[in-house]
Amino acid sequence: MENQYAIEMLHITKKFPGIIANDDVTIQLKKGEIHALLGENGAGKSTLMSVLFGLYQAEEGIIKKDGKEVHIKNPNDANDLGIGMVHQHFKLVECFTVLDNIIMGVEPNKFGFLQKKEAREKVVELSEKYGLHIDPDAYIEDITVGMQQRTEILKMLYRENEILIFDEPTAVLTPQEIDELMQIMKNLAAEGKSILFISHKLNEIKAVADRCSVLRKGKYIGTVDTKDATIEELSAMMVGHNVNLHVQKEESVPGDVVLDIENMTVASKMHKNNAVKNVSLKVHRGEVVCIAGIDGNGQTEFVYGLTGLEPLVNGKITLCGENITKAPIRKRLLSGMSHIPEDRHKHGLVLDYPLDYNCVLQRYFEPEFTDKFGFLKKGNIRKYAEKLIEQYDVRSGQGAITIARSMSGGNQQKAIVAREIDKNPELLIAVQPTRGLDVGAIEYIHKQIIAQRDSGKGVLLVSLELDEVMDVSDRILVMYEGEIVGELNPKTTTEDELGLYMAGAKRDEVKA
Amino acid sequence: MIKKILRNEAFQSLFASLICIILGVLVGYVVLLFINPTGAGEAISEVLKNFFHYSKTNLQLKNFGNTLVKTAPLIMCSLSILFAYKVGLFNIGAPGQYCVGICVSLYCALSLGLGWVPCMIIAAVCGALYGAVVGLLKAYCNVNEVISGIMLNWIALYSTNMILTPVKEVTSPYTFHLDVEAPQAILPTLGLEKFFAGNERVTIALPLSIIAAVVILIILDKTKFGYELKATGFNKNAAKYCGMAEKRNIIVTLMISGGIAALGASFLYLTDFEQWSCTSSAVPAMGFNGIAAAFLGGLNPIGAIFSSYFIQHITNGGAFVDKTMYCSQISDLISAIIIYLCGFVFFIKYAMNYLIDKTEEKQAIKAKAAAEANTQEGGDK
Repeated sequence: MENQYAIEMLHITKKFPGIIANDDVTIQLKKGEIHALLGENGAGKSTLMSVLFGLYQAEEGIIKKDGKEVHIKNPNDANDLGIGMVHQHFKLVECFTVLDNIIMGVEPNKFGFLQKKEAREKVVELSEKYGLHIDPDAYIEDITVGMQQRTEILKMLYRENEILIFDEPTAVLTPQEIDELMQIMKNLAAEGKSILFISHKLNEIKAVADRCSVLRKGKYIGTVDTKDATIEELSAMMVGHNVNLHVQKEESVPGDVVLDIENMTVASKMHKNNAVKNVSLKVHRGEVVCIAGIDGNGQTEFVYGLTGLEPLVNGKITLCGENITKAPIRKRLLSGMSHIPEDRHKHGLVLDYPLDYNCVLQRYFEPEFTDKFGFLKKGNIRKYAEKLIEQYDVRSGQGAITIARSMSGGNQQKAIVAREIDKNPELLIAVQPTRGLDVGAIEYIHKQIIAQRDSGKGVLLVSLELDEVMDVSDRILVMYEGEIVGELNPKTTTEDELGLYMAGAKRDEVKA
Repeated sequence: MIKKILRNEAFQSLFASLICIILGVLVGYVVLLFINPTGAGEAISEVLKNFFHYSKTNLQLKNFGNTLVKTAPLIMCSLSILFAYKVGLFNIGAPGQYCVGICVSLYCALSLGLGWVPCMIIAAVCGALYGAVVGLLKAYCNVNEVISGIMLNWIALYSTNMILTPVKEVTSPYTFHLDVEAPQAILPTLGLEKFFAGNERVTIALPLSIIAAVVILIILDKTKFGYELKATGFNKNAAKYCGMAEKRNIIVTLMISGGIAALGASFLYLTDFEQWSCTSSAVPAMGFNGIAAAFLGGLNPIGAIFSSYFIQHITNGGAFVDKTMYCSQISDLISAIIIYLCGFVFFIKYAMNYLIDKTEEKQAIKAKAAAEANTQEGGDK
């Protein structure tokens, strides 16, 4: 009988100091199927894929391709076997163009001279074929995260890989883009390519995957046919208990205005137009206001302007009755602003610092952590970090002294959320707070956000996830091309209506 | 147990540094063999022996003292480099700042007739201001500190030549001897000369440089200031996000770095051990050797003390190489080779970890095979 599996990973065990990342995990990927790999953050999905990709060597277990045992020592071996991967954190050269990134490593050349023309044609063709709409001459540093990811996908397609690994590919895409991606994946599978789809978004798995293998805390739980399993069953397999997929919350009771933004305009770094145009809005105590919109419509710049990371071109910001338009960042943070940043690696953490140092990143100068001679009180820092770790269930290999870089993405995010909420702010600005997190962690973070609201804080949530927008917020403001184009009530609106505003097909004159 | 030691960060740094030294000596030896095979063994041993070249204890001690006199400024230069490096800045302007230190301390001593304390302080302040130029360019104009540092090195060199010309001897390019013209500016010995057979060049500079190393260690590891600086070095976006004045931190870092380098210069030139040649056409090597010393010392202030001593030891030792067999530049060449290979500390560390990983992997596979064999035997029975 002909072997039906494109790739098999049998009884893989991979240990790290203090943690068994994969404990006897078996995954079998059939030819031409879309196989989902489901698990919480820190469940070992990324580690398993890194083993397959040759980034790590497993202590135990074997990998078979087409029934034959193979040894994958580094990513080159994986490439030779036709395995391609879109990583969760992209591997792109920022100052190169999209085209340069795609051909990197397999540059078409004649006698050492680059032949970009053919490559370009191929890339454009692939891009059009799969509706990726990518400009091959744009520089990576100038394009959005969503576009960067599409570059990664194109990179794999360009190399004509047979086995495609998507590591949480939808985390950064808009709903429409996600639909398109799903279609692409189906087409690819129909063409005989085998796809491993790592995700914890159950409805996506349900929509696209043929089979689904579940990991929990490094252990292999089982493989099911997705068409036979319900979303509830899958989520129970993943977390080990039943989870509440919808946020339970009381009616909001808006109080005084905590944040008042008038006519805010912020310049763009990418083009000459302003990224944020004349935005005015108010956030009251006891309400969650959500800025919804498709990635790249000025949300990032809006938050930068609000938190002081970028200067305003025009406008006025008042926080708790105090004008902070020109205030330095530290002043804003001390006046009661907390900021869960969009990019946890760029802004949220000092990755080479241990966890405890990261926990006090916003408070290290307080008398609790620094004495009057400027010496750090390391004992207090450690104690405080341990308190946060305990209270917010931040998991790491060595506790407070773990280097932040070695923690899983979800736990890094939990640490940031813990730090920002524990500061006891008046206004919590949460930008994509659940980006790339699993159901368990999302539920937890949503509860924390609602708890902040209920204790009389103002919450400004910036999110690209429709579920999150609809579930958590009390008021939705839609941002399109740097302007607020609509104010919606999550109770009365639908996802379709929201989508029309987000796509710019509908707009109101808003007085927020 | 052994593995734990092998994995230990401090042990690895030390071990890697030692390997680098041995490699450097070996390569230096090979080069000597090529130039003149008969004298190679002797020459390399002279380099390593340094002051043990002499058989009399008295002379040994005196020359040991001379090595230490030049160790003090090297410690300062390597501290200057490593301090900036911890904040993510490569202060290649240290030689220029060192030059400013020479210029200001000699000018204050010889022309203004100031005492050693003001000479040192003014030198440090001027070095800091010179470092601030690099910092300001970096913080506000985004000029790479390496480029502006190198440019400023040359400006410092020629300015020093110009400014010190009025205080040079008529018949030679060298500046006046301090013990003749400005004895008030010579650093006090605190009785240290007694340990070095009356070598009065061994001064307060040595203990001061060691104190400086300890202070830098404390600043970096124990203080809020160090916390901010290192955070800025690791991730300047995160530093900005949490409200640290990252621009100010860059400037302050380069000021401190420059101040340390300039202070190092006064540690040497205020002993009257050397005079400045007003026709110099290259920045003093001290600042550049500081880079090697910083890396050889594993970027640790305490490590820098030992690595600086070692580098100065072989540099001085080079002077004892038989000049009838080798040309006079050979001493510089050999010490340069050794210093160059000292830069491989990080590579050696990487290689060590790689080897340990490999052996662990092999052991795991062996253990697994053994276990499998056992179960199979069990099955056979």
